[in-house]
Amino acid sequence: MNLAEGVQLVSLAILSLIVIGGGLGVVLLANIVYSAFLLGGVFIGISGLYILLNAGFVAAAQVLIYVGAVNVLILFGIMLVNRRRTFADSPRLWTRRILTGAVCLGLFALLATVALTTPWQISTAAIAEPSQGGIAGDNATVLIGQHFFTDFLLPFELASLLLLIAMVGAIILARREYLPDEPPEQLATELTLAERPREPVLAGQQGQLPAGGN
Amino acid sequence: MQLQYFLLIAAALFGIGIYGLVNSRNAIRVLMSIELMLNAVNLNLVAFSNYLDPQEIKGQVFGVFVITVAAAEAAVGLAIVLAIYRNRDTVDMEQFNLLKW
Repeated sequence: MNLAEGVQLVSLAILSLIVIGGGLGVVLLANIVYSAFLLGGVFIGISGLYILLNAGFVAAAQVLIYVGAVNVLILFGIMLVNRRRTFADSPRLWTRRILTGAVCLGLFALLATVALTTPWQISTAAIAEPSQGGIAGDNATVLIGQHFFTDFLLPFELASLLLLIAMVGAIILARREYLPDEPPEQLATELTLAERPREPVLAGQQGQLPAGGN
Repeated sequence: MQLQYFLLIAAALFGIGIYGLVNSRNAIRVLMSIELMLNAVNLNLVAFSNYLDPQEIKGQVFGVFVITVAAAEAAVGLAIVLAIYRNRDTVDMEQFNLLKW
């Protein structure tokens, strides 16, 4: 990235405002649909921070995976689960909120002290080819690919295995239960997935209509 | 541009994530808070990789792995929330008495 120092500072300020404000909105807003959309904003802001950190590939992966997959998945989850029911108040709610806020502020103070007092060994490598000891810069994608297929080959393959296992597990968990003692001749007549019949909980007003009505 | 700016942003985001993780009543908001915390850690990894190790950017490689694990975690977590919602008819964290002893 070849940007002037001032441009970098201004974009860092804007992106950090987006990220921190969006994060506060995700946690504090009452409506969870707004929280989910703000979460997408936070992900996009973080990908902008990655671009400021010369990590173009990670920024692209962030937008693709987080905004494109995880956030959409969370929105689907909200719309499958949301019933607009207010939760009953639990006792000592404010005590717990104040305590948790104090603990989080203390943790932030601790992390900030560590970040500000540690003498980081900032690298002083010149901009050159990575093979000659220079920084990676825009060649980061090539270097990441080389890492994946040489010294990080086993974690790479394990990650693919983990994704496969997670996909199978999510399908198994989210699927409705199958009743094995159903009469099997129904399966031959109806070409549907064999599942336990369940009363319509979500769409209550549609479930009470007589069959074939309207 | 300083390394410390990014570390401070990541620390703030991590604190917000922990606050939401403890205080949320909705199970899906708990999952969203976990994603915030994972993103904060990822920001730390990429910042260190840019400022301390710019020759072989192993921090970015770890960042990609963290993103992968986070995607798997989100899928399985939402499936678990859906399964609990089918059984208990609520997503209120206070009313779950599963996995308690």
